[in-house]
Formats: sequence, C-alpha cells, structure tokens
Amino acid sequence: MPTQPLEHLPKELANLQVEIEGYATAHGLDYYDTIFEVVDYNQLNEIAAYGGFPTRYPHWRFGMEYEQLSKSYSYGLSKIYELVINNDPCYAYLLKCNPLTDQKLVMAHVYGHCDFFKNNLYFDHTNRKMMDQMANHAQRVRRYIDRFGIEAVETFIDACLSIDDLIDIHSTFMKRHDGKPSEIPVEEDGDYEEDRRTPGRFRAKNYLDPFVNPPDVLAAEAEARRRVQTDKIKDARKVPEQPMFDVLLFLLEHAPLKPWQIDILSIIRDEAYYFAPQGQTKIMNEGWASYWHSKLMTKYLIEPNDIIHYAEHHSGTVATHGGRLNPYKLGIELFRNIEERWDRGQFGKDWEECDDWQERKNWDTGAGLGKEKIYEVRRIHNDLTFIDTFLTPEFCHEQKLFSFGFNDSSEVYEIESREFPKIKQRLLFQLTNRGQPRIQVLDGNYKNRGELLLQHIFQGIELQMDYARDTLANLYLLWKRPVHLETVVDEVKSVLSFDGSEFAEDQGNTFEVVSVVT
Amino acid sequence: MVMRIERDQSRFKQIVRGKIRQNLKKYVKHGEMIGRKGKDLVSIPLPQLDMPHFRHGDRNSGGVGQGEGEVGQPVGRGQDGDQPGGPGSAGNEPGGHVLEVDVSLEELAEILGEELELPRIEPKGKANIVEEKSRYTGIRRSGPESLRHFKRTYKEALRRQVSTGTYNPDNPRVVPIKEDKRYRSWKTYQIPEANAAIIYMMDVSGSMAEEQKEIVRTEAFWIDTWLRSQYDGIERRYIIHDALAREVDEDTFFHTRESGGTRISSAYNVCLDLIKKQFPPEDWNIYCFHFSDGDNWGEDNETCFDVLSEHILPNVNLFCYGQVESPYGSGEFLPALFERFRGVCDNLVLSEIPDREAILDSIKLFLGKGR
Repeated sequence: MPTQPLEHLPKELANLQVEIEGYATAHGLDYYDTIFEVVDYNQLNEIAAYGGFPTRYPHWRFGMEYEQLSKSYSYGLSKIYELVINNDPCYAYLLKCNPLTDQKLVMAHVYGHCDFFKNNLYFDHTNRKMMDQMANHAQRVRRYIDRFGIEAVETFIDACLSIDDLIDIHSTFMKRHDGKPSEIPVEEDGDYEEDRRTPGRFRAKNYLDPFVNPPDVLAAEAEARRRVQTDKIKDARKVPEQPMFDVLLFLLEHAPLKPWQIDILSIIRDEAYYFAPQGQTKIMNEGWASYWHSKLMTKYLIEPNDIIHYAEHHSGTVATHGGRLNPYKLGIELFRNIEERWDRGQFGKDWEECDDWQERKNWDTGAGLGKEKIYEVRRIHNDLTFIDTFLTPEFCHEQKLFSFGFNDSSEVYEIESREFPKIKQRLLFQLTNRGQPRIQVLDGNYKNRGELLLQHIFQGIELQMDYARDTLANLYLLWKRPVHLETVVDEVKSVLSFDGSEFAEDQGNTFEVVSVVT
Repeated sequence: MVMRIERDQSRFKQIVRGKIRQNLKKYVKHGEMIGRKGKDLVSIPLPQLDMPHFRHGDRNSGGVGQGEGEVGQPVGRGQDGDQPGGPGSAGNEPGGHVLEVDVSLEELAEILGEELELPRIEPKGKANIVEEKSRYTGIRRSGPESLRHFKRTYKEALRRQVSTGTYNPDNPRVVPIKEDKRYRSWKTYQIPEANAAIIYMMDVSGSMAEEQKEIVRTEAFWIDTWLRSQYDGIERRYIIHDALAREVDEDTFFHTRESGGTRISSAYNVCLDLIKKQFPPEDWNIYCFHFSDGDNWGEDNETCFDVLSEHILPNVNLFCYGQVESPYGSGEFLPALFERFRGVCDNLVLSEIPDREAILDSIKLFLGKGR
C-alpha cells in the first residue's frame, strides 16, 4: 500500500476530497482518516474479489470471485463503483475510468460508510488494523503452504470455510465463555509411581524420609487432591458446559488439530468475526451511505452538468428489479422516514394511540428531532433491530412492500401478502442470524465416546439435506471422530450422523442429551 | 506484472475442470450470465463452486420484495443469493437464441483433449519439446539445507535478535534458529523450441467438392488447435496436389479448387523434400496429414507406398491419412494402404471421414496415440 496516497490522487479528486470532507464534518459525520486510491478495473476487481483487501491468503474462491467480477464487467453487466474497507485509516477505491460526477457521488457515499463503520456499535469489536492483520494472515498461510503443500492446506481451509458461519455473532457483547480453554479433566491414575515428583513430597535422604515425609500426612494430602479432582470432574462433566454457538471456538479448543491447523482455523474465525457486522448491517450501512451521498450531492456538490448523470446513477443504485428488495432503497427510505417522523413528532404514546387516519397524516408537533434521531439509530441498531423498531404499516404501504413464499402446487415463488405483520415477520426472519440456521454445540463427548453433537435450533425451516451431509463430512475432517447433528427432517426430529465412511439418519427417536455422570 | 489473483483464478479453473481436487468437482455449478452482444443475447458461462454450509432448504422459505403486483402473482427470485439454486424460480430470463461465448483457444484445446481423451504427446526421443532452465530467483523459508542462504539467514537472525533485545553490540554474536533460515528458491523457465512441424497435404483434384474441403478444413483446424496446445512452437506447411504438387500458404490451401487427375505420390515427394530440407527428423517432431477422396491414378499407388515406407514413415511421428467420401472418387487408396501396411507400421493412421459427424472420431483416431 502506498503510504502517502494523497499524492496518488489526481489534483482534481484531492481537492474534491477536501471539499467533501468539509461538508461531511459540518453535518456531524465522524470518520477515520479516509484514503482514496484510484485503480483501474482489473485492480478493482482483484481487490473486490479479495473482499476489499489488497492481500489475502491464496485460495481458489478469490479466483472464482474475480472471474465472475471481471466477466460481468467486461460484458457490461455490472460495475463496481465503490469499495470501502472498515479500517483505520479507512481505505476506499475509486475506479479510474469513472466520470467526475460518479467520483463525487462515490466519495460522498464513502464518507457515509466510514462514519457508520466508526460509530455503529456492532463494529466496535472489529479490528481497525485489519488491513495489516489480513496481510499477516496471508503470510502465515503462505508459509504453511510452503511447508505442508498446497493440497493439504487448501483442503483444510475448504473444510473450515464450510463451517465458517458457525460463529456466535452476539458473543462480542456478552461473556458466555471465560476465554480460557477448558480442559477435559483426566482422573488421576491409581498406580502412578510415587516418586520424588509427587506433589507435597520433600527431597530427603532415605533414612530421613519417613520423618521428612510422614506417610500418613502424604496419604491425607493425596486424598484431598483426589477429592478436588473428583469435584472438578463432577463440575465439568459436560463439554461444553453450556451449549455453544461458537462452533469454531469449540473446535479450536477441543478438536485434535495440528498447530498449523489451529492457526488456520483461528485465522478463518477471526475473519468471519470481522466480516460478520457487515452482514448484520447491510440495509442500514447502505441506507446510511446513500442518504449521505444524496444529501451532500444535492445540497452542495452537484453542478448543472452533473444533474442528469447523477439522477441516473442514483436511481440505478436505489432501483428495485423484479420485485427484489434492494438494501440501498429500503435503508435510505427508512432513514428518511425516521427523520421525518421524529421531525414531526410522530412517536410516543399519543401517536401510538391515535387511530384517526386523517389526524395521523397531518400530525406535526414540530419536534424537529429527526437529525438527532437518525444519528442515534446509526449508532445503536443493526438491521434486525432497525426493522423491528422502525418498520411501520404506513411505510410498508408507501414502499409497496410485499412478502412472498413458495407455492407448492405451482412451484413458483409468488406474492403472498401485503399485510404488515406478515411482511415484518418475513423480513425479521430473513435478518435473524443473517438468515442462516442457528447451530450450536451440545456435547463434545456424545455417548461418552468423544463424538461431537450439534443441534440445529429448528425455527420452521428444514436444512438443505445434501449440503447438511457434506458439511457434516467436513466437520468430521476437523473433529476426526463421528459427528452428529440434531435437526428436523420431513417434520420428524432426527439425528444425522457421519462416522467417516457413511451417513446415518436416526429418525423419530425422542431425543435426549446424554450426560455422563461419574 | 502478474497479479496475485491470477494464481487463484487458474487454480479455480483447474478445479472446475476436475484437474485437481477432484472431490470438489461435485460442487461445481455451471451457471451462466445472460449478456448482450449487439442484438444477440449471449450466455457467458460462469462456473461456480459452492462450499457446503448448513443452510435452510428452499421449501417453505420466502422473503420480502418491493414493487407492484397482486397477491398470488409469481415473483422472481428472492433476495440476491439468498436462495441459490431454488426450484421454480420464475422464468424472467429471456429465452430464445443464446450463444455461448468466451472460450479461449487454449481452453478449446483443453476441452478437446478432455472430451476426446487425447493423451498428452510424449516428446520424441531425446529431443526435448521445451528446454527447461532453472534459475535462482528468490528466497523462501523452507528448502533443502544445501540451498541455505547464509547471508539472508544471518540477517534474519540479527533482525530477530535486535527486535527481541537479545543482541549485544559489544559482543555481536548472532545465532540463527530454525525460523531465521532462508533458502534460495528457483523458478523453472521453459524455453520453447519450435520443433514440431505439421505438414498438411490435400487432394484438390476435380473430385474434391466444397463439402469435402469444408470437412478437411474443420479437421485441420482442430488438429492444429490440439497440437498447438502441446507444443510451444509449431511450423506448419501446406501442400496441395492434383497430378502435380506444390507447397502453398495456408489461405491457398483452404481455398483453392483445381481440377484434373490425381497423383498422390507427387505430394509425398514434395513432403519428403520439405522434411529433408527444413525439418531434419532427429530434431523435429513431424506430423503429416493427408486428406484425399482416395481417387488415385492406378499405377501411382506403388510409387506412393515406396516413398512412404522407405522415406517418410521412418522419419515422422505420425502419418495420418484421412479419406473423405466424395461422390466422384473411387476411394480405393485407403484399402490399398491398409493392405500394404497392415501390421507393419504403427505410425500410420488411416481414417475414413464420410461426413461431418465423423470428424471427431477421426481426430481421436489420429491423435489418440499420443505420439
């Protein structure tokens, strides 16, 4: 990375940056130093394929991303306008061939993102030196490839990637785990030779030994130790003691992995945690950035010759295609809606209780709290709570939102409802745990045979079976003992198992967590 | 400058083709993007490899959309990528004529090689197809002790000691540990040598019609593509003949229509001449392809066989004779060749090409030996 990037920025853009920063600061946006880099489309595609980072570890999936991006770019199907990295300083990339209007818009948009990264609560835990961290990760993985060969390392990475979504996205806000690796206690071996290393025994010449180390005292001490040990076993008879969502952490602590494998797994886990908040705040983040590019552009930056181009670009960004939900659109509209409601005082008990349509429509207490409110929202919410708190029936109606579902008889997705509760429920479901099934570790010593038992917390939708099986097989690669997943198959509670050679499905049995009592 | 991503990309492509990591092949999805090229819709192949995750099945799932529409009206797919591979996604993609694009010639050759199960060609004798040269180009952290780079190793050790504070300038002892060791690394450069020659011969007598030439042209193209993927440098020569033969350029080769009788030996003599003058067999891998409708002037056959067996066959990797079917030709030459050389010679390949469909089989027959 260039260390003095402003020199790389053409003068025109550098001036623009100063200007835009001025407006952004005046509006109270708060961001890390932002460094713009101008790159050509090949470089941009490469960086985008690497998830925004110039250096990542070697892996085929980045190549796949790149191929997709560059193909769709060269056929004019899509184009990346903007790329921002949550880092301190914030790095953002501009596409060299973009016209000045686009550059203005993108820069304004970027400041929205930068502010969001810095201030949104869900990004608090992320590493702000991720640029360096990623490069370190790359270096470590490359070293392993040098030593152990690409096949071995890549196969292992693939297995890890198969489960890289099994993390606990809420764990950064609560302490579920003491952070120390828990140990499976081993009961002391009875015929352990009582030599000098026995704790509590002092070094002594033979003839003095019975006096220095009186046998009855030693026996009492040993008994005390045994008692402590048994208590420990009783306490920790289950691993994990509580069901654990962070499957990756559990594997790090308990799976029989080699040091380099542990390192790679922890790299994957680190990166998964780093990227998680971006998945959690897609609607808000894009909405916030769009809100700001729109505001800064229309208020200050736009020149008469920019207008048509800006309008086209902006409407392209927030357009909805074929009934799809566009996070940019939903986000910006909801932010504007909130701003308007709080400006007009449309909140609180009186507002909630008013059911006169006319009165609600003209409701305006002149509260003027809009601006303050949206800043607060961008600070403390994620997509899930954002929608949960601020989605209103009026908004759904205005934005023509609908919910859709799969029609079994006609085998197509069709519009299911335009009712507010249904829409909200669908939307919230989609956003819960980023739309992924929730999986937790129940037992690392299942059936008292060191087997791994996971549980799918069933919420009405079954898993895709072929993928679930293959994922189990990948888990087996890490755990190296049979792995089991408790889930629901064809509306019956079942346990899927993989023992290294074949899959089994134990259906319909009432299920109990087997706890081992000693 | 080679971008780092290109290594990942080529690795991905290899996985897609099943060259490496075969166990991943089952996850490859052959998706496509629909693009537009002028008026035509084109399909851009887009292989995707999806690592399995625990995720929700398609059924019973749904989502939220935005826009016009009555309840019960079908919609397109849900949110981007949320339900990939779902059944019954609405057909809002344009149908009709879709052309495939975006296959490079190298890719074609590879696909050809895989489809036809063509073996890689083994280099001839001692003459290497490409010469390889190794050069020390860089430094890495692992390697054989014999390649240890002392200076770099000690520099690393010094750096480590300074940074950990164990370096004492008054007593500057630097002791490398395992992590400090640096080794020379090398790269193998391939120096291509143009040492494969293809000699195409075609009968252009009156009996060869446009249809026959088209077949020859198609077949020659594919053969060319394959051989080019195997050798870095290739020399090509074209000979046309009726009763007389002459060397021509590529364009003439495919576009000439002559008339008159046929004397195949004339072409073989020109070919022999070429080999003698330009392609000494000890240095060159020589491939001869001869296409004809098999109509030869009666007494000429013996002359042909003599030239072939005495001079050409011992000196070439492969001599392929392809006989296209023509309404005018007698097609006698192929059976005669077969009789004469049966069991004697294994670098002579004969193939009959009755129509376009037979081209693939013919190529497979010609090149399937990996010579």
